[in-house]
Amino acid sequence: MILKGRVWKFGDNVNTDEIIAGKRLLTLDFEEIAKYAFEAIKPDFAAKVKPGDIIIAGDNFGCGSSREQAPIVIKKLGVSAVIANYFARIFFRNAINIGLPLIEAPGAHQTVNEGDIIEVNLKEGVIKNLTSNREIHFKKIPQFLTEILSEGGVINYLKKNGRFKV
Amino acid sequence: MGLTLAEKILSAKTGSRVEAGDLIVVGVDLIVAHDGTAPIAINQLKELGLNVFNPDKIILVLDHAAPSPKDTVSNLHKTIREFAWKNNIKLYDVGCGVCHQLLVENHVNPLTVVLGADSHTCTYGALGAFATGMGSTDIAVAMGYGQTWLKVPHTYKIKVDGKLPPHVYSKDLILTIIKKITASGATYMSMEFHGSILKQLTIDDRFTIANMAIEAGGKTGLFPVDEITLKYLESAGRPANIRLEADPDAYYQKELELHTSELQPVVAAPDQVDNVHPVSDFEGQEVNQVFIGTCTNGRLSDLQAAARILKGNKVNSRVRLIIQPASAKIYLQALKTGLIETFIEAGATVNPPGCGPCIGRHLGILADGEICLSTQNRNFKGRMGNPNSKIYLSNPEVAALAAVKGYITDPTGYR
Ligand code: SF4
Repeated sequence: MILKGRVWKFGDNVNTDEIIAGKRLLTLDFEEIAKYAFEAIKPDFAAKVKPGDIIIAGDNFGCGSSREQAPIVIKKLGVSAVIANYFARIFFRNAINIGLPLIEAPGAHQTVNEGDIIEVNLKEGVIKNLTSNREIHFKKIPQFLTEILSEGGVINYLKKNGRFKV
Repeated sequence: MGLTLAEKILSAKTGSRVEAGDLIVVGVDLIVAHDGTAPIAINQLKELGLNVFNPDKIILVLDHAAPSPKDTVSNLHKTIREFAWKNNIKLYDVGCGVCHQLLVENHVNPLTVVLGADSHTCTYGALGAFATGMGSTDIAVAMGYGQTWLKVPHTYKIKVDGKLPPHVYSKDLILTIIKKITASGATYMSMEFHGSILKQLTIDDRFTIANMAIEAGGKTGLFPVDEITLKYLESAGRPANIRLEADPDAYYQKELELHTSELQPVVAAPDQVDNVHPVSDFEGQEVNQVFIGTCTNGRLSDLQAAARILKGNKVNSRVRLIIQPASAKIYLQALKTGLIETFIEAGATVNPPGCGPCIGRHLGILADGEICLSTQNRNFKGRMGNPNSKIYLSNPEVAALAAVKGYITDPTGYR
């Protein structure tokens, strides 16, 4: 799978309250609540992000609550992948479960600028920065999780396999 | 090589020796979801085309916005109620309390695996359960299959020796630990508590500490099952026949040692839980609202600590003091022992048991530019409903004193 998009940058410890505030979770209308993604820390994000865009963050992205609405709104807005130095655990599972690709690529945050166009090759484990012509290599996620992602999430994966094949 | 608490529990559950790093599929003993997370789980279970694997192992709680502040929430509550009734699932409706308190009061047993669609599910580690938070889809899968996959975590051994000094609470201890190891210091790890402090820590203290394991990124926060745990289980009418201890030669990937003589009352300043400083650093910082409650510090001992300050005093005229017992049982005990009277006489507002202000849903949302001192576990930007407000975290005594004074002040030496 190759993903290509424009980069939005975030810092360290972006928590799920910042991704989508608790007060927005009063409905299951995800299109509606997605309008408020990152409102406290990047208020123009939801209005300006384009399908295919990619988020690059620092350490511990997605820390805090278990709210699945966090990866859901990111996916709803059309973000094709989130790259971080590393992710908080619950967010990591939630994103894979709903089919939002996550990439742990320490170094991406330092070398890629906001607005750069990058190409991510999930199979090869390579990020190509088309703006600066640099390459970043990353460790691919375990095969078992790649399979969940390629089915578009854990629900489809389980419907197909009937059980976890770890 | 011996086993850590997490490895012991997961080995017992899978029936074969498992070690940190192993990817396993494990049966689940108890599953919990609340009004913030259950609706998505219910939808996903439908998507899976499955029924619940065993209704007796599932618990649903309406606590996050309860009683409902809004029609859309009422509809979500209705969905959850109907799902619970149809499937014969235990439902704690509005007013019963915060899910984590209800689970430890009534359900969780040692040596079990518990999954909750809430990050503070790690609280139950205080009872020797491997309990961890997951998202709604993971919970739906567990509801349908009775199983989950997980990686057996490495363990962070936290050894604390000594006794808590006066005015220092378990909240100060866990905040100090989080400051030392940072908000991501235990990411993917089990935090395991050791040392001579254990004998001094009441079960309430342990709940407060285990509750905040997630604030260091921890997967769970585990205590051994000892006399104190067994006494608690017995008093709650649950089986008290399992003891649990890590092996002396278990392998720990990381270790932290600290002595209680290093401790003092602290606050976590905005907007990160690991931004921890002595209370005295913020001496005189004015507050607009004080909130005492939540799954971290809404238990009877916390209310008692607040009442010791509030008895015979008045809440400062420029401060709102909101007190919210973590469960109906605690509320009733507080009522019977006169605490509620003390609170009302002091000028506090008592909310019905639940989460409300902690997550900015209702019953105490801050205005622009306001400052709240709260006994909860998170001070993230916007957590209490307004990104233009600021949240400090503290123990219940510091919180109650700030409500009286109108500003943050060090209780050491007070009365
Ligand atoms: S009291 Fe606060 S932290 Fe605890 S479960 Fe409720 S919202 Fe979450």
